[in-house]
Amino acid sequence: MALKTFGNKDTRSGFGEGLRLLGETNPEVVALCADLTGSLKMDAFQKNHPDRFFQIGIAEANMIGIAAGMTIGGKIPFTGTFANFSTSRVYDQIRQSVAYSRKNVKICASHAGLTLGEDGATHQVLEDIGMMRMLPNMTVVVPADYNQTLQATLAIAAWDGPVYLRFGRPSVPIFTPEDAVFQIGKADLLVQGTDVTIIACGHMVWKALEAQVQLAEQGISAEVINMHTIKPLDTAAILSSVAKTGCVVTAEEHMMNGGLGDAVAQVLSKSSPAPQEFVAVNDTFGESGTPNELLKKYHLETTDIVLAAARVLARKN
Amino acid sequence: MADLQAIATQVRRDIVRMVHAVSSGHPGGSLGCADFFTFMYAERLRVNADQFTMEGLNEDLFFLSNGHISPVWYSILSRSGFFPVSELATFRKISSRLQGHPSVDKNLPGIRMASGSLGQGLSVAIGAATTKTMNADQSMVYCLMGDGELQEGQVWEAAMYAGSKGISNLIGIIDYNNRQIDGDVSDVMGIMPLEDKWKAFGWDVYHIDGHSYDNMREVFATIDSNKSNGMPKMIIMKTEMGKGVDFMMGTHKWHGSAPNDEQLATALAQLPETLGDY
Repeated sequence: MALKTFGNKDTRSGFGEGLRLLGETNPEVVALCADLTGSLKMDAFQKNHPDRFFQIGIAEANMIGIAAGMTIGGKIPFTGTFANFSTSRVYDQIRQSVAYSRKNVKICASHAGLTLGEDGATHQVLEDIGMMRMLPNMTVVVPADYNQTLQATLAIAAWDGPVYLRFGRPSVPIFTPEDAVFQIGKADLLVQGTDVTIIACGHMVWKALEAQVQLAEQGISAEVINMHTIKPLDTAAILSSVAKTGCVVTAEEHMMNGGLGDAVAQVLSKSSPAPQEFVAVNDTFGESGTPNELLKKYHLETTDIVLAAARVLARKN
Repeated sequence: MADLQAIATQVRRDIVRMVHAVSSGHPGGSLGCADFFTFMYAERLRVNADQFTMEGLNEDLFFLSNGHISPVWYSILSRSGFFPVSELATFRKISSRLQGHPSVDKNLPGIRMASGSLGQGLSVAIGAATTKTMNADQSMVYCLMGDGELQEGQVWEAAMYAGSKGISNLIGIIDYNNRQIDGDVSDVMGIMPLEDKWKAFGWDVYHIDGHSYDNMREVFATIDSNKSNGMPKMIIMKTEMGKGVDFMMGTHKWHGSAPNDEQLATALAQLPETLGDY
């Protein structure tokens, strides 16, 4: 069975297009960038709305503070830089001036995870989901493809409160229909199955779908959930799926500590413990390489999800 | 409103009583800035104490970046009518709106941003000033910082931005008392030449005697006359840490220490009750 796609595109372009649309429809939306306008695909907004675009320079801490201040008086600021500089570099600024102060700032982060590629570990943040989901008042959204990133960008503008939106650099398959409704906090059940639940976010959702096809060829029925919102987490979707399958594999382009897998494990351990396998980076930094080489070396390929499913099924039975 | 000196004296009483009551807090810088806060809230700021809104449309906005001097801010806010004076008795106590460092999560009127982790206020003030410009709101944005706080790198990111982009509806104030927790600022890590630094970053720089209302009036009048010169303004405000309580002056020791019962009595003897204690 072949998976249906609508072509390939980078998720950051979905953000750029969403921001462009917001420029037309919501006059309160403003955008700030720390010298990465092209990389973040913010050029169209900048060109169409120069009076609402703020080039901050290479000063991310200042950018977060300015964005927080801009909310006072009703603006909805979208900040744009690489995921590493959006989170670990400015954690205290986000903590005090955005999360604790409940400011309506949208922190938009590109080039997340290993698939940033050749720039190497200094730029490959693998801890950002964990850092952001630990902050009270913070919403964490990790869309899976171009179409979903576009819709997520529109949705977070309408969401009242701080948001972390994580997306990436490489071109990846588009599988979300253009007109699919995106609801923050409501997971997408992509494929129904009965033997194992695969919960993935971001780039790993497509690989989860590929794994489901391979598992079906082995006679294993996998359910696939796109957990595009890590916080607030759709616990009902997790519990009802695992009640059916009895085991789960989580897949994320993120550190095993603190990410989607941890969030899912927390839900299950509290109310219905089940065997779980984690497809994630295991307590190590990344390195230079092509995105595909990195995904192979750090065990974030479709095969790794298939193998994890086999392991978790063995533990269940 | 009572005369400024009477207000400031009561504010100083509030400060020492508040920190004494919970054996914690930061009296030194609070006392040093009591005259400034009194002047700002009694004479300068155009604010609406009765109907506080987070948005602050068409009002002046004040940000306290060095959030540890919260006692002086809480005192003047309550004495200006933002919330009941009786609430000062809850300072730093469990479930109080008067957190150790200013916060917004318990909705205390008068405060629009948490502060305490230093170096962040000037960036926030730039953002708020930018929104005022976009909203065609003519009011001003003020941000007070400590002098030791200038050791934080983010301050200089903000300084560079505001100077480079000409954020002209922004007035920064540096509480220049040359003291921080570990000693004199000049010994811990020097920040001089202060005026030249801000000028070099594109700011219009002024000096104020933080204990002279006449001088504050005069300098702010000059600032107003230069309002449309396209530059952000920075005021280097000379103050004495611990001002008004003799044994708290001339040292950094009272930056973050509370007086005991005996010391409180000594302090209050120097600060006659003028508006009624909380």
